[in-house]
Amino acid sequence: MGEILKLHFDVDGDDFTSAGEASAEVKKKLRLLGYSPETVRRVSIAMYEGEINMVIHAGGGVADVEISEDCIKIVLEDHGPGIENIELAMSEGYSTAADAVRSLGFGAGMGIPNMKRYTDSFNLESTVGVGTKVTLVINT
Amino acid sequence: MKLRDLSAYLQLEPIQVSDDARDVVGAYTGDLLSWVMTRLEADFAWVTIMNNVNVIAVAALADASCVIFSENAEISADVIEKAKAQNINLYRTVKSSFEISYMIGKVLYAE
Repeated sequence: MGEILKLHFDVDGDDFTSAGEASAEVKKKLRLLGYSPETVRRVSIAMYEGEINMVIHAGGGVADVEISEDCIKIVLEDHGPGIENIELAMSEGYSTAADAVRSLGFGAGMGIPNMKRYTDSFNLESTVGVGTKVTLVINT
Repeated sequence: MKLRDLSAYLQLEPIQVSDDARDVVGAYTGDLLSWVMTRLEADFAWVTIMNNVNVIAVAALADASCVIFSENAEISADVIEKAKAQNINLYRTVKSSFEISYMIGKVLYAE
């Protein structure tokens, strides 16, 4: 293939129910391009968790995806409140999600650990009051 | 096992069925979506009482054969609509998550 396919998504922060549309679109695209089911699964889960996080915590954001032969790179960026304690946020079971979110089946503190688990490279930059940028790379 | 055979055996109430000729190769029971997401596999039946639209997104990501709502969970019109759009098969049962999972286990994992 050689070239890089770039996709851009606006993740709507007002609509919790539409979260997952960007990752579903990426999943479809990767399948059509013939990536292995395992790669498609890892990308879908990691990106969906990222999307959900932006909707729950940051009022939405943007997702940029670069698909190349060797890897899939996903950059999720928001202008939400930022993460105060990144180390704590990375630990399984820790969550600041509201009860309303928990009652929907999220907010179990699995989001960031899942993103880490399903990617080959995970980078999180966050500044309180400015926003958060998550970069996920999945090698094919 | 074909989904239509499984649903007949379990006497499930069809809510939204796009393709019941699909295979069901396993099952998973759970309500925490982030947890389910990492364990639900392709062609699995998923038993849950969680009934919001994000369930459909998770089922679609995992490529599950179907979602079985247990405990006679109420299912809203937007859940059904989203399932239809994404070709996700939905069923419902009055049985508890445990009871229906036990029945699935008996038929699916019998030798």
